[in-house]
Order: sequence, then C-alpha cells, then structure tokens
Amino acid sequence: MTQVKSLLGTLVGWLVSIIEIPFNLIERVIGGRRMPWVFMLPNLVIFGVFTFLPIGLLVFYAFTGGTEIVLTDRPFIGLDNFTRLFSCENFLSPYSCRESMFWIAVQNTVWYVLLTVSGMLAVSLITALVLDKITKGRGFFRAVFFYPVLLSPVVVGLVWRWFLDTNGLLNSLLVDIGMERIIFMLDVFWSRFWVIGVSIWFQMGFYTLIILAGLQAIPRDIYEAAAIDGTPRWRVFTNITLPMLMPNLVVVLVLLMIRSVQVFDEAYVLTNGGGPGTANTFLVQYIYETAFASDIRLYGLASAASVAMGVVLLILTLIQLGLAKKAE
Amino acid sequence: MSSIVNFLSRTRGKNGPDLTDWLSWFWLLVGTLIVAIPIAWAAVSSLKQPSEIQRFPPSFLPVAPVQIQVEGYDSSLGLWEAEIDGDTRELALIRRIGIQAQMVDPENPGETINVPTSAISPVESLSIAPTNYTDPLERFNFLTYLKNSVFVTTMATILTLLLNSMAAFALSKYKFRGRNAMFIIIISTLMIPLSVVIVPAFLVVVGLNMIDNLWGVILPTIATPTGVFLLRQYMLTIPDELIEAARIDAASEFRIFWRVVLPLTAPALAVLAIFSVIWRWNDFLWPLIVLIRPDNFTLQVGLNAFQGQFTTQWHYILAMTMLSLAPVTVIFVFLQRYITAGIANTGIK
Repeated sequence: MTQVKSLLGTLVGWLVSIIEIPFNLIERVIGGRRMPWVFMLPNLVIFGVFTFLPIGLLVFYAFTGGTEIVLTDRPFIGLDNFTRLFSCENFLSPYSCRESMFWIAVQNTVWYVLLTVSGMLAVSLITALVLDKITKGRGFFRAVFFYPVLLSPVVVGLVWRWFLDTNGLLNSLLVDIGMERIIFMLDVFWSRFWVIGVSIWFQMGFYTLIILAGLQAIPRDIYEAAAIDGTPRWRVFTNITLPMLMPNLVVVLVLLMIRSVQVFDEAYVLTNGGGPGTANTFLVQYIYETAFASDIRLYGLASAASVAMGVVLLILTLIQLGLAKKAE
Repeated sequence: MSSIVNFLSRTRGKNGPDLTDWLSWFWLLVGTLIVAIPIAWAAVSSLKQPSEIQRFPPSFLPVAPVQIQVEGYDSSLGLWEAEIDGDTRELALIRRIGIQAQMVDPENPGETINVPTSAISPVESLSIAPTNYTDPLERFNFLTYLKNSVFVTTMATILTLLLNSMAAFALSKYKFRGRNAMFIIIISTLMIPLSVVIVPAFLVVVGLNMIDNLWGVILPTIATPTGVFLLRQYMLTIPDELIEAARIDAASEFRIFWRVVLPLTAPALAVLAIFSVIWRWNDFLWPLIVLIRPDNFTLQVGLNAFQGQFTTQWHYILAMTMLSLAPVTVIFVFLQRYITAGIANTGIK
C-alpha cells in the first residue's frame, strides 16, 4: 500500500513538473504580472474553439444549403432555410407547413414545456414545503428525492420503459385491481403523459432542493410573530411564505423553462425514438435527426432550427437575468 | 425502533397530529415509493432468468420453476405441487394429455400418476441469473463501452479540475485589466447550451479530426462555466496574505497556485470532481453524435444502441442498465451530503 502511494506520488510529481517547467519558463519571459492570462489560456482556448467559434459558424450554416459538413463546400442560399422552416398556411396546424416535422416538434415541445413546468413547479413546491415543515428525517427524504437527478437519462428512460412495459409491474397492478392492460408506449395520450411524468420524477429533486434552500432562508421569527398573532396557516402561506419565496421561484421557473425546451435524452429513450409516430418528437430531436440521423444530412436546416431555439432560450435567459436583478 | 415510533407520533400542536401532518407523511411516503419502485423493479428484474422476465403476471422476486432430474427420464422435469385427495405432494410433470397431467413421484420413479391439470401448480424457488451480467460483458461490446466510459470520465474530470482551477485562480487572486470582462465572458457561456450549437460544434470536431475519437467527446466538456464559478467563489475566501508570503519567498506563480491555493481549495475541488464524474458518466447526446464505431461507444451510447438492436433481450438490457447506474449510486450513497450542499449553495447541476 505504501509502495503504491509513493509510486503515485512520484507519478503526480512527475506530471506536475511537466506543467510546472513551461509555466516557470513563461513567467521568466513575460513576468509575473501577466501570468493570470497564462492561467486562463487553456480554458479560454477550449471555450473559444468549442463554444464561441461554433456560435459564429452556426449563423453561416443557417444561410447555406447542401449536405456537405465543410463550410467552404456549402452554397450560400440566403434565407432559404428560414423560409422553408417558417412557410406555413396556418401556424397552428403543422401539416399545412412545408416543414411539417419542425412544427410538430414545436407544438409537442410547447405542450411539454407548459405541462412539465407547471407540474414540476407544483410537485417541487409541495415537497419543499413538506420538507421544510418536518423536523426529523429531512436529510433522508431530501436524499431520496434527489437520487434520480443523478441518474443518466438513458438509465431513466430504460428503467421506466421496463416499468411501463406491457408485461411490466404497472400493468400487473392494473390487472390486480381488475382493469385491462394498457400498452402505454403505443398510445398517444399515455406516452405523452408518461414522458411528462418521468421528467418530473427525474428532475423534481433538483428544484425541490433549490426551493427548500429559499424556504429555509426565510427568517423564523416572522413565523413566530404570525403564530403569536394567531394568523391562520393558509394566510401565513399566502401572505408570508409565498411573497418571500417569490425571487427563488422565479429563478426556478425560468431555469425549468430553459431546460424543458431542450428536452431530448430521456424522452428519446423512453419512447424509443419519439413515438408513437411523432407524438413525442421534440425540437432537439428534430435538430438531431435533421443533421445527423437521416440519410440526407441537412445541416443548414438544422442550424436554422437551432438559431430559432437559441433565440427563444436567449429571451428566457434575459428574462431570468432581469428578474434576478429586480429581486436583488 | 423507538426513534421511529417517536418520529411518527411527533405532533405539531398539543392535540395530536393534525390533518396537515398526516398529509405531509402521506406525501413523503408515497413519493419515496414512487422513486424507489421503478428502480427496485428494474434491479430485481435484471436478476431474473431470461425465460421468466417476460412472464405475466410477473413475480416481484426473481423466481423460476424448479427443474429436477428423475431416474429413467432423459430431460429434466418441472416440479409441481399436486393436490391429490386433499393431500399436497410434490411431483414431477412428464406430459400433459388434455386436462390430465401425467406425473411421477421423484422418490418412486417407477409408477406414473394422473392428476387433473386444475389441481397442480408449479413449485418455484429463488433463481438468479448472473449470466445476465456476465454475457454482455463477454459476448457483446459492453466491456469496451465500460472501458471507454471510465476513460472519458477520468480524463475529462482530471482536465476539468486542472483547467477550471487555473482559470479560477487567475480570476480570484490577481488584479488585472479585463478581469471582470473575462469572468463575464466565461459565465455567459452558461447561456449557450450544447443543443443549440450542436451542428457547428460537430464541424469543429470534424476539423480537429476527432470524430469517432474519445478525445472529441472529452475536450469540448472540460471548460465549464459552473466549475470556474464554483472554484472562483471558493478561492476568493482564501486570504491573500498567504500568497504574499509565498511571493516573498520567491515562489513562482505556478508554485503558489499548486502548493498554496490548490490545497486550500480541496473542498470545492471535491464538489466539482463529483459533479464532473456524474456529468461525464451520464453524457448522451454529444457522444451519440461524435462516436460512430461501436468500439468507441461509451456505456450510455452503447446501452442505447443495444436496446435499439435487441429490443426483446430485456434481461441483458436491464443488467447493463444496473451496471451503468451502479457507480453513480455508490457516489451518491457516500457523498450525498456534499452534492446537495453544493447545489443548494451554487445552484449548479
């Protein structure tokens, strides 16, 4: 054991000197005052190459056509990708659109966001209130509800698909109480219901944790004062808890919306690719399939859809920043 | 035990538990069941024999009918419980003829007994199939997926810690022009989720010749705004006097970073390490796009490909699901405190 430790120590020391020697050399050349830039450089290079460069490229992609990935091989087509996405006779009926798949995905995503956000907010708020109230076992239950957050979306999708399987546990419970079996994942309503339910199951622990932190930041003496005054409990909730929690809830709300717009992984695995049919095909899946999973790889069209989604996310983020500032 | 009773009978007021107490407990217990049951169901199912896994109605525990060898019969026979004249006997089933079952007593294999099929039921015993776990590792690519996932997670975490702590060090322990601008630029990348820039990011990885290469999965993930933020906030609390003292001793800037600041940042580094491991272990969309040959798949991508290809092999799919869930669960059980505290303090995930 000690041998392993000393070996590891030597190894780490050796690795450190690989980094340390060039750092010290650079310091001798440029002087200590410029060193912060050297420390930031690797991070900035990664951000530059994998985040900022792609943002710039995204715009170029959105204005070019063809199926080549290399930008110089792609013909400039102006706004064609956008007109293709947005040419609709009636924006509320996807099949009247030229790119009906995009509008189906938009419609599915909008419904998903509305229902998931409201469901998640309700469930997390109730759970946080309950956890704030109890005096013992808080740590345990907080941990229980948080555990699914750490699971991989693929695992979550598969665990639930198995639970909801025709021969699964839920169907056997249904039969036990005298009902018919339901093939959940082939039914439009039930598959949507479960995609939303599983999303809430998956992530509610995270939002509960944030709301709980907000609840525990409310000074206890306010409650004590209310108790002395004999204020009814529901009034305490509507007149003290809720207003004081508002800034926290707003952050949760916007965070939730930003995340839900990007729904993909667990829904994709749970519904085995967005089915039945296109009932659970969301925006990110549309982008993924348009660019990477179809025979004709329409990078330009996918980029135009990404730009549209990016604009929505940007607006939501700006709202969040504005509200956060107002709350301060 | 007494603490549980104590706990459950705890009251808010003087008059015993009121309605909201009961509702609270109901909510928590039902919630716990909803969290636990699907995972427990997948876990016990992953141990079932392939022939048992699709049986309906299912048994919760991994059980299978008992098979025994009976003298004079070549193949093994199923053991059944038969009711004969009010007695229950364990007999082996030879064959069914109409509504009659031809059975034999394993103790006395010479004589056959006919029993109506309505009077027999199979004898079952706990039967676990470890091959659900070993087969995919041997026959399919899962050992490779596992290795790839371990490699990606380890490398990405080491690099994340190194790069982000260096940037955090620069942003918290130096005063220089453009520092705030740099901090804002780094934090602003939070607003650019991968799903928005996925097409051009793919081009960049193509340009770097890293398609179908694990480094193409690792490199884009190692600079994280949340990591820089977390570490910077922590480093701000380290007193500058320590650094001044080291400078007077003519330590190089890197030595100050490595020997003075980094050891003091250990708690924040630990939190970031836990998150990084979980993030990278669970990543799905980006590896799905970058990795092409099954030899390069990570566990998540491999699992998804496998479930698409062998939709009926649930015994293998569930076993590998459990294998993918195990490391995260172990981390959670031991480090749950740090994770929840980390999120409550920074709001990162």
